[in-house]
Amino acid sequence: MSTFLEVKNLHVTFPTEDGAVLASNNVSYSVALGETLAIVGESGSGKSVANLAVMGLHNPHRTQISGEAILHLPEGPIDVLSAAPETVRRLRGKAMSMIFQDPMSALHPFYTIGNQIAEAWALYNEGSKEDGIKRAVEMLDLVGIPDAAKRVHEYPHQFSGGMRQRVMIAMALVNNPSLLIADEPTTALDVTVQSQILRLLADLQKEFNMAVILITHDLGVVAEVADRVSVMYSGRIVESAAIDEIFYNSTHPYTRGLLNSIPRVDNHGKGTRLRAIPGQPPSLISVPKGCAFAARCEFISHVPGGLCIASNPDLLEKAPDHYSRCHLTGAQVIDIAAKNLAHQDNGAK
Amino acid sequence: MAENILELHDLKKHFPTTSGGLFSRRKGVVKAVDGVSLSIGVGETVGLVGESGCGKTTAGRTVMKLYEPTDGKIIFQGEDISHYSRKQMMPFRSQMQMIFQDPFASLNPRHTVGTIVGASYDIHGIKPAGGVENAVRDLLERVGLNPEHINRFPHEFSGGQRQRIGIARAIALRPKLIVADEPVSALDVSIQAQVVNLLDDLQQEFGLSYLFVAHDLSVVQHISDRVVVMYLGKVMESAPTESLFAKPRHPYTKALLSAVPIPDPRLERTRERILLQGDLPSPMNPPAGCVFNTRCWKVQDKCRSVVPEPVQIAPNHTLACHFPE
Repeated sequence: MSTFLEVKNLHVTFPTEDGAVLASNNVSYSVALGETLAIVGESGSGKSVANLAVMGLHNPHRTQISGEAILHLPEGPIDVLSAAPETVRRLRGKAMSMIFQDPMSALHPFYTIGNQIAEAWALYNEGSKEDGIKRAVEMLDLVGIPDAAKRVHEYPHQFSGGMRQRVMIAMALVNNPSLLIADEPTTALDVTVQSQILRLLADLQKEFNMAVILITHDLGVVAEVADRVSVMYSGRIVESAAIDEIFYNSTHPYTRGLLNSIPRVDNHGKGTRLRAIPGQPPSLISVPKGCAFAARCEFISHVPGGLCIASNPDLLEKAPDHYSRCHLTGAQVIDIAAKNLAHQDNGAK
Repeated sequence: MAENILELHDLKKHFPTTSGGLFSRRKGVVKAVDGVSLSIGVGETVGLVGESGCGKTTAGRTVMKLYEPTDGKIIFQGEDISHYSRKQMMPFRSQMQMIFQDPFASLNPRHTVGTIVGASYDIHGIKPAGGVENAVRDLLERVGLNPEHINRFPHEFSGGQRQRIGIARAIALRPKLIVADEPVSALDVSIQAQVVNLLDDLQQEFGLSYLFVAHDLSVVQHISDRVVVMYLGKVMESAPTESLFAKPRHPYTKALLSAVPIPDPRLERTRERILLQGDLPSPMNPPAGCVFNTRCWKVQDKCRSVVPEPVQIAPNHTLACHFPE
């Protein structure tokens, strides 16, 4: 697989009255054609902000962006962060596309579905309006909208939530982009519709050999579709690895905390207590000097000399292709977690 | 269970829809809740689940008498309150409280936390021993907030903390029943678990009963003793949590469970999914016969014409399906 997008040392800062908000702090990630990278984090972790920067969708007057985001196009690599806005505009929709959480506010209520898809098509293709509508019908067919030839003339309000998200996907893919960034694409949908949309995205990815970045907070969705995962906390990537490594061999206390705190439908019933992570994430204005997760971390007592409070750990390769931002070694985290679990089981008995 | 705190018998709530304009005429009805029966024992948690538009929120609000029921009975502690007036409801209000989904919209932004949580004492003319302020401080501490923050305003708190304020308000008068409408769905994953644990603790401490309305089946599975599955205003299946999740009998329950992703990639790769086709039909114009027939993979002619009645198939387990699993 060839790498398509490479983000290096991305910083995104919003100056505000209360001080600068460092929403994305030295973030690096990459995704290859045909691969799905999931970026996981809670609200305010910076997962959307970083990807909006890649798409060139931040207001340049109110945002400071530094770093690199290189698209490896067939005609040569290009850094979209330093490229002219006009160049980036011509890549949007063609080389890279994005779909959003709320398909209602992303569609224009006054125009028919067909017009909106045809408009996106006409940006990069020569042809009459009829050609555009014809292409829109093809796309609606592709994303599984029944009776596409008729529904292409309908308005967004005539579609259900799941159908609107299909329309958004059709619009995003109308020019065969190599990269699709999906920002919480199923969060607003019901579970039965969610599984339809995830299945559709996976099928289309295979068909067009797309690189997909899935931004989500739902670890169940991640388990279903991702090849690799980057976990973000407080503007930084804290762990990054192949999917099974993240779920079964995590070397970061925050990732472990998240996995422990979610109830599972296939698990024991009532009476067990959820292992919640205490406290809440720090403000992005006064980022702690040390590890951002230190105040909530249950592993902190295993690190000597207040190191976690004093210095922020680097993102280091703890196992082959498994990066983690923690003062403990990977083996230490795994070992302590196993002991904690055994201790808890004894307590339960 | 000695006595049921709440019983619903064939509860219905229909909303008329009008043509709009000056001389609006009735066009039809939306049968948001169309014959829901359930009971909640003392200290029990009943989960009410379903997809958006299935009527679960309307059912919860009708229980609270925020809506006047169209038909059916609401029995609270043995008393039929279905058609009580506002005035008649007053003594019951202190015994049944509600927690809302959106911790931003459900707290008055111009009032301090002290006023918000203490309001119920004034409304019901109750003078807690030691004064209202002390009572509010105790409540804040009980839900895990700093009692020193009593004079702060809602915007000074995070989403999770605001939900705790809503919970403090709900338990102020020591109610017997709490209707919790999606209480954790607006919260981040790590905060969700904190609030779920808090609800658990409060139930133990005060012997509360919960009607837990939610769409997230993993949370419902965790917190509920029994689960009621709704679809288009009707109850499809209702059973003790363990048997419902281990062996769902209604095709809809089965499909719903199989659609929930499990945070376990190895399991996900081998798990078989039932992929439902299409969307929820409009509640304005529900299908004839079984309301699920348009999406059910086991559908037969009978399902399109005959409404399946809820049948008890085991203790506490009812099912409305012609061809169960």
